[in-house]
Amino acid sequence: MLDDKRIRIITGHYGSGKTEFAVNYSVKLSKQGKKVVLADLDVVNPYFRSREKEKELSKLGIKVIGSSIKGSASDVPAVSGEVNAPLQNEDLEAVLDVGGDPAGARVLGRYYNYFKEGKYDLFFVINANRAETQTVEKTIEYLREIERISRAKVTGLINNTHLLKSTTVDDVLSGQELTEKISEITGIPVKYVVALEQVAKDLPKDIQGQIFPIKLYMREDWML
Amino acid sequence: MAKILMKGNEAIGAAAIKAGCNYFFGYPITPQNELPEYMSRELPKVNGCFLQAESEVAAINMVYGAAGAGARVMTSSSSPGMALKQEGISYIAGAELPCVIVNIVRGGPGLGGIQPAQSDYYQATRGGGNGDYRHVVYAPSTLQETVDLVMEAFDVADQYRMPVMIVGDGMTGQMMEPVEFKELKKRELPVKDWITDGTKGEREPNIINSLFIDPQELEDHVNDRLEAKYRIIEEKEVLYEEYNVEDADVVCIAYGTTSRIVKNAIAECEAEGLKVGLIRPITLWPFPHKVFDKITDKTKGLLTVEMSTGQMIDDVKIAIAGRKPVYFHGRTGGMIPNPNDIVNEIKKIAGGEK
Repeated sequence: MLDDKRIRIITGHYGSGKTEFAVNYSVKLSKQGKKVVLADLDVVNPYFRSREKEKELSKLGIKVIGSSIKGSASDVPAVSGEVNAPLQNEDLEAVLDVGGDPAGARVLGRYYNYFKEGKYDLFFVINANRAETQTVEKTIEYLREIERISRAKVTGLINNTHLLKSTTVDDVLSGQELTEKISEITGIPVKYVVALEQVAKDLPKDIQGQIFPIKLYMREDWML
Repeated sequence: MAKILMKGNEAIGAAAIKAGCNYFFGYPITPQNELPEYMSRELPKVNGCFLQAESEVAAINMVYGAAGAGARVMTSSSSPGMALKQEGISYIAGAELPCVIVNIVRGGPGLGGIQPAQSDYYQATRGGGNGDYRHVVYAPSTLQETVDLVMEAFDVADQYRMPVMIVGDGMTGQMMEPVEFKELKKRELPVKDWITDGTKGEREPNIINSLFIDPQELEDHVNDRLEAKYRIIEEKEVLYEEYNVEDADVVCIAYGTTSRIVKNAIAECEAEGLKVGLIRPITLWPFPHKVFDKITDKTKGLLTVEMSTGQMIDDVKIAIAGRKPVYFHGRTGGMIPNPNDIVNEIKKIAGGEK
């Protein structure tokens, strides 16, 4: 698992669960002894951004790059110049957590020169329980639009179909059906199947992509 | 219909459209921006109209106009923007126009910050506008409840011809949760025979107005029309959730997001053998005064928990009328109360330390 290209870009529809995936991915990578930099490029959301978890993640040895404006609650779409560091420094493992929708992917344009074929992975996160990504056509439309805006090719699909803490195996599998169909049409492989640890253990083993068990870092205990 | 995952602000927009709201006028402000954004995308699909006004003041007056023409209409904002709308809300209340207003509250005063808060309780329940007026205020705690109440709010607004406010905090707007759009029980609604949709030469013109030159006429309008319906609403429209109120060492009072954190704190106290009750007002106005009469001699004190420096506590004190001491725990400025701190406060009251 995680033998992806050094630069991983996490994109997807708004609210598909990119940040939770990016944080879990970074933690797993760090546990393999890698030097991980998580760059929070979210210029769309004011809440639930990976920069809010900077303290916890730095304890695990993960460097989090947030906005160049101080304060995790700033509402200014400013990206730090520091983001260039993990893109240039080949000793670092880069995870770019990008804001949702094509609007959020626009920020990737400035890093175009780093996205050479074979040097990066661009993941597209799918949650089939979001209204706008319930059909194959609509989801592919979003995928293509994000590719167009970011001027990079999606290299892997992430099935992250969930209903937060009430997610069932059936939720994941209905999203898997959609994701596999998209994979068939686009030729983009299903890379990971994301699920809460207690759900992941009950998933069938013969599905496309690697099962990727996660913890919820972005949800407080009192949240559903 | 199956559950889907929605962000609070989107869910409010979807619920409004489901309830027949085809008009939205607003002005951007974090943390409610996804709501006007959603409406701008979705309203054209139902032949509705989304308009980004030049200001909050303009937006609320567009609501006045659309409501006067008989439309189901909504506006939304966050705290400082809601402060700007207050004049229009007073006019809408005075002219007896139905509309739904959403406040996704952030920290204040002034521009404050963009994180969740409940420091607009006074503004919502006492009215930031002038005059003797009230409007129903719903304070949902989950997104499912938010969706249900938004749909209900349009009916309540039409039934009583008045503005109805939905108060969420930034978390309500930004958080994602599973929601389902259920068919709600329909209310018997009066025919809108008062709207200004053109006489077609068949009737006298309808006049929508909040100006009364003759003081006796104004007093009659306030007493016989407004006050009279406020009394009916206080009787019929109170909503709250209660838990273990009659058998508690300590009764907590909290609404919205805070009530969910308090529930976690209560569960922790119960695990240690304490009996803790909860009153969760769902309507902030009308406030659920009567349920406080169920509190027994056994209860040592009440604990109000808010994301403010203490605003709802005034209504709690009015409701308990000096029968029990009322304590307060709150965070403000966008900070969210920590369940452990609430547990400690409950223990202090239960143990007689307070």
